[in-house]
Amino acid sequence: MRFTPVFLWSDYLVFLLVAAVVAGIWYVRQREHLLLPWRRVAQSKVAMVSLLVLSVFLVISLLDTLHYRVALPQQADGQQVFSPEVLSAFDKLVTSLRIQHEKTYSEPFALTLFAKESVTDANGHMLREYPRLRYGGAHLADGQQRAADVLQRALLGGGSGALFAVLVLAALRRLVWRAETITWLLLCILVGVIANLATVYHVLGTDKVGQDVLYLSLKSIRTGLIIGTVTTLVTLPLALFLGVAAGYFRGWVDDVIQYIYTVLSSIPSVLLIAAAVLMMQVTIDTHPQWFDTSASRADLRLVFLCLILGMTSWTGLCRLLRGETLKLREMEYIQAAQSFGVSSMRILSRHIIPNVMHIILISLVMDFSALVLAEAVLSYVGVGVDPSTISFGTMINAARLEMGREPMVWWALAAAFGFMLALVLAANLFADAVRDAFDPRMNRTGS
Amino acid sequence: MIAYLIRRILYALPILIGVNLLTFALFFVVNTPDDMARMQLGIKRVTPEAIEKWKQQRGYDKPMLFNSAAEGASKATDTIFWQKSASMFVFDFGYSDDGRSISREIATRMGPSLAIALPTFIIGLFAYVSFALLMTLFRGTALDMAGVALCVLLMSISGLFYIIGGQFLVSKLWHLVPISGYASGADSFKFVVLPILIGVIGGVGSSSRWYRTIFLEEIGKDYVRTARAKGLSELRVLFTHVLKNAMIPILTGVVVVIPLLFMGSLLTESFFGIPGLGSYTIDAINAQDFSVVRAMVFLGSVLYIVGLILTDISYTVVDPRVRLQ
Repeated sequence: MRFTPVFLWSDYLVFLLVAAVVAGIWYVRQREHLLLPWRRVAQSKVAMVSLLVLSVFLVISLLDTLHYRVALPQQADGQQVFSPEVLSAFDKLVTSLRIQHEKTYSEPFALTLFAKESVTDANGHMLREYPRLRYGGAHLADGQQRAADVLQRALLGGGSGALFAVLVLAALRRLVWRAETITWLLLCILVGVIANLATVYHVLGTDKVGQDVLYLSLKSIRTGLIIGTVTTLVTLPLALFLGVAAGYFRGWVDDVIQYIYTVLSSIPSVLLIAAAVLMMQVTIDTHPQWFDTSASRADLRLVFLCLILGMTSWTGLCRLLRGETLKLREMEYIQAAQSFGVSSMRILSRHIIPNVMHIILISLVMDFSALVLAEAVLSYVGVGVDPSTISFGTMINAARLEMGREPMVWWALAAAFGFMLALVLAANLFADAVRDAFDPRMNRTGS
Repeated sequence: MIAYLIRRILYALPILIGVNLLTFALFFVVNTPDDMARMQLGIKRVTPEAIEKWKQQRGYDKPMLFNSAAEGASKATDTIFWQKSASMFVFDFGYSDDGRSISREIATRMGPSLAIALPTFIIGLFAYVSFALLMTLFRGTALDMAGVALCVLLMSISGLFYIIGGQFLVSKLWHLVPISGYASGADSFKFVVLPILIGVIGGVGSSSRWYRTIFLEEIGKDYVRTARAKGLSELRVLFTHVLKNAMIPILTGVVVVIPLLFMGSLLTESFFGIPGLGSYTIDAINAQDFSVVRAMVFLGSVLYIVGLILTDISYTVVDPRVRLQ
């Protein structure tokens, strides 16, 4: 199969982040004093378990970041044309989930559609009944075999997942009964069960246009993670540069920077985001020639959203950094450096910035979960991601319209909230552990 | 005190000018009125005449900052900046796209917003502080651990879930109150009780945990040890000493939001069909009514600055050592 790789804007930013994290890990590994707080994080069971859960989300979203376009059959003039649909490596992995569209809503594990339809039977009579699904449980003759079939497939999938987990642990020589290994085992079993069932059933049902809800939920993970992480690419340089400069130079520099962040933070953030997103939407709509595929347009909106979220959320971190720098610059070692005639730039980069790193790290991991939650709210308000981008917010928004239906279509909402809870809870727990390990105010005499 | 207030208000002026310039840049420079007209009229049937007409109807056909064609003072006043942005300083917000006066809408919609936001705020503050004090009282025990775990769990749930779940459970399953709507006067009770309840529950996680941290920080200080050494009971220590001294950090976070209560909550109001300022803003965002969004941005920052001044004043009330001069 011929294809051409596609690099969307958000892909570049994700690669940049991955490179930064790898470089950061390499840098820290060389230095024992920087490694120490991370050792404390590694000793925390809760942190390691949530890191494991987070890494599952991370792997999915990284796979979902490798985009490509498939080649269409050669045209008459021999020109190679590529499909306008942008796919990702993750899409390729779950092709059956992606293409097995039903007609409309169906419940999890259902064999039939959710609503009755008129069908004509063999004798030409009109009947009102629940039509069978095209893909969901299509291999079964009737509904009575379903329970046994689901059980059998779940056992098979769970068994192979467990086997894989144990083999990996054995290969790593970590075959011990600890919280981390148990979590790993459970995660593998869960993935095995779902993977084996998802090939023939819609494990989480289907949505209004018949798309598999499990597929939508898995695709939403990338959007959520991008909002939570790429935003820091904007926040970090602004807050670090301006906050440290304001605290160190004081005088008019401080006044100007304080003025800027007071102005920005005095506007309620939702309104500022709404205003900026509305303006961005006008720009995107009036320049359709910028985008070759609809995916690239939706992606640009996502990147802009991160940019705007970053522009509105750097002020808190900036204020913290300014305060800390004000405190640090009165320290003896800084004054010693000043009296030796060390240049300001060197003092900032060698003495100040390394000493405020813990504040940055704590604030970044704490912000992550808030940003993931904010995405859903913003998408609901109508100033979030593009409606064609699959995200938790757009999923909830679409499902909300069916609230009044009787009986209720609950599975899309449940799936979106469930996945979001897993992601945010894991992130919150991990962030707490990082804060405990890095915060110098924590009392560690007891531990 | 009076001198302090005057200075603070004068200090607020440059910030409001900054906000005003920022919104002006955002709404008129990033995208010209032509772009907005094209957007509002739809891409297909746009003729230059239609754009001109749209701009003229809304007063966007003037020069941006400086009108060289006009005479005297109207060189500066007969411009978009003066008429649309500078006039907001006297709370003249102009008209929305459907021709209604924005100031009047704000005045009538403030009531329903407050009917939800004020009780949520008061009940919430009381509940969060009580819960946090309870956790502090049992600090280090399994009860405290369970409380913190509950807080982290509640924090991790999306605010949308509380609203949708609450509506489903209370209105749809139990039929206790209507799903959405609003009525004025005494009838409003059955409409506001669910939004208030959900608003309070939605904030438990993060707020209680934050207050618990504040209390724990206070409880390690010397004066607490002295109080205990005098033989005071733990409850007395908590309520009369710790709570009083924790007031400053609590007020810092709390007082600043009081004026913003007028703005209402975007999510709650739009889900429950409350005709307040929050749903007004959401409708404006969805209809891309720029003048309403602009007005709300300005109003929001004015209220925020009022909140900051109130915070400073509240310090003098709880801490006699603080003097404003």
